Amino acid sequence: MAEQDVILEEPKTDKYEVVHSKSHLFYPEYERKSDLKHQTHYCPGCGHGVAHKLIAEALQELKLQDQTILVSPVGCSVFAYYYFDVGNVQVAHGRAPAAATGLKRACPDKIVIAYQGDGDLAAIGTAEIVHAANRGEKISVFFVNNAIYGMTGGQMAPTTLVGQRSTTSPWGRRPVNEGFPLHMAEMLSSLEAPVYIERVALSDNKNIMKARRAVRKALELQRDGAGFTFVEILSPCPTIWGKDPIEARKWVGEKMIPSFPLNVFRDKKIEIPNNNVPPHKTVEEIVEGERKVAREGMVHGRSHHFQHLGIKIAGFGGQGVLLLGQLLAEMGMREGLEVSWLPSYGPEMRSGSAHCHVCLSKDRIGSPVLSRPDVLIAMNEISLRKFASQIAPGGTIIYGRERLPDDLSIPNAQVVCIPASEIADKLGSAKVANVVMMGALLEETECLSSETAMKVLEAKVKNLALLELDRKALDAGRVYIDHTVAIGAVTQADGFAQ
Amino acid sequence: MAGPARGKVAVDVEECKGCGLCVESCPPKCLELSPELSHYGVHPARYTGHDCTGCGICFYCCPEPGAITVFRLAAPPKAAPVPVPAGGEHAPAL
Ligand SMILES: Cc1ncc(C[n+]2csc(CCOP(=O)(O)OP(=O)(O)O)c2C)c(N)n1
Ligand code: SF4
Ligand code: SF4
Ligand code: SF4
Repeated sequence: MAEQDVILEEPKTDKYEVVHSKSHLFYPEYERKSDLKHQTHYCPGCGHGVAHKLIAEALQELKLQDQTILVSPVGCSVFAYYYFDVGNVQVAHGRAPAAATGLKRACPDKIVIAYQGDGDLAAIGTAEIVHAANRGEKISVFFVNNAIYGMTGGQMAPTTLVGQRSTTSPWGRRPVNEGFPLHMAEMLSSLEAPVYIERVALSDNKNIMKARRAVRKALELQRDGAGFTFVEILSPCPTIWGKDPIEARKWVGEKMIPSFPLNVFRDKKIEIPNNNVPPHKTVEEIVEGERKVAREGMVHGRSHHFQHLGIKIAGFGGQGVLLLGQLLAEMGMREGLEVSWLPSYGPEMRSGSAHCHVCLSKDRIGSPVLSRPDVLIAMNEISLRKFASQIAPGGTIIYGRERLPDDLSIPNAQVVCIPASEIADKLGSAKVANVVMMGALLEETECLSSETAMKVLEAKVKNLALLELDRKALDAGRVYIDHTVAIGAVTQADGFAQ
Repeated sequence: MAGPARGKVAVDVEECKGCGLCVESCPPKCLELSPELSHYGVHPARYTGHDCTGCGICFYCCPEPGAITVFRLAAPPKAAPVPVPAGGEHAPAL
């Protein structure tokens, strides 16, 4: 250490002891640049350095070094991981609270800190911080507000003061054009979940010591399992403000504090009710559970007559169109095929039109979108008219009414008509019309087996009476097709029976 | 001031960026910027050698993690003097 050179008149007889020195939380040397192992990358007089020291000291005093994960942002503090000897994650601009949420939930016994600038937190990351705070994530956020984008060279931030010049507000921020400074501490304190929100300033000796207490308090609260804690630190950026470090620090007190009043906005421990806890399972248990279902549900040894089959199912919302697609995809999966299911429905959940695409394939599926389906299941006339022209040449249309509309001719496709709703209604519920259609599809195209269909239905439908109804509906669909094919009533495009 | 100063300060010239915040902040004004340049080309801070109270204010005002080390005169030994742990323990400031 070079300090010995600068200490004059060291009183030899008296014993001095160290009371303040570099925290163990910092690496002894920084690996950032081989020739600058002793220096941070911050400008002389930058508030980030002081904020770092306060955090490091608090973590050291609370003995939390080995438990801490620091999430650093994009901004001048992007390199925090070079300095803090704790667990470090550096994340995309503005996303620190989201990453911290994941870390804290996965490792609830760790101290998770999101360190963010004002561009990071209050511009691109506004949504992340608001929702993390609103969920009461048990993290500590240190928000270094220097009223500017430092790293990128001084663009206006949401926190830039009215009248403050920046490269993007060269005549000073004008509320009529750029709005007013965003007060994040006040905004977040309108939420119910946060337990501690304070704004402090690195403006002078006294306020720095208050900041020190606030940082420590936030970390203590997190250690004790309290909820969301947030400390906004008004901080000098001498370089971009174009001031020397001493003027810059004064400017924090004289200009920033009047606009961003120092205050404890929230200081109470809030118990968020947690009485609806989902059963906890390890990843292994879940994966093994899925594997077991898959093993038991697999239907082996079935060979399929197609390489790739695209099925489009269309009808009114509420006719079970999307569900039918899901059932087919699951059946394909159980028969060892590659499958995809792509729903598409209007904004109306129950009364608009709905359709979905199902691909069954022996190869990997490139796109789940079908521009030329091999099979169209049209539950109603509107869907038939809308999509019949898309059918691939030689494809099959299964139409859910007794006969085609007189004015409609469908060249190049085999059309099978089945009054599915009427059949279902007779069985006891028009709702199983989709299963009737499934029976018709299986009988007509033999793409999947009806045993697999029953296995999937058994897995999905827990109500035994309903399951029985589904079984009947499936059979009825198959029998109807069997019968109509037998009597030669399958309609050809030219209107003649086969 | 009679007797030795209650505190003293060491500045690591490898870390100091010469921002002057410690000089400005020190209540008894016992820090100054050295007229010589460090090899980083800045005037590093240094202790004048007088009147330090060991209050620690300069430590908290300095943005550099290890530029400043603050010492305090140990209380006259009652029993054995407390050894200084490596890296230092932080006494509450102010
Ligand atoms: C997605 C994305 N958008 C924009 C940027 C450019 N960018 C880098 S840092 C920054 C703002 C930094 O300002 P602040 O968060 O206030 O931190 P400071 O540098 O002032 O500490 C921006 C916009 C980026 N890196 N990534
Ligand atoms: S530009 Fe501003 S915020 Fe960035 S390191 Fe320099 S002083 Fe600090
Ligand atoms: S410890 Fe206090 S008195 Fe001593 S140099 Fe630092 S600020 Fe000045
Ligand atoms: S505050 Fe720190 S970096 Fe600035 S002059 Fe003093 S010792 Fe050097």
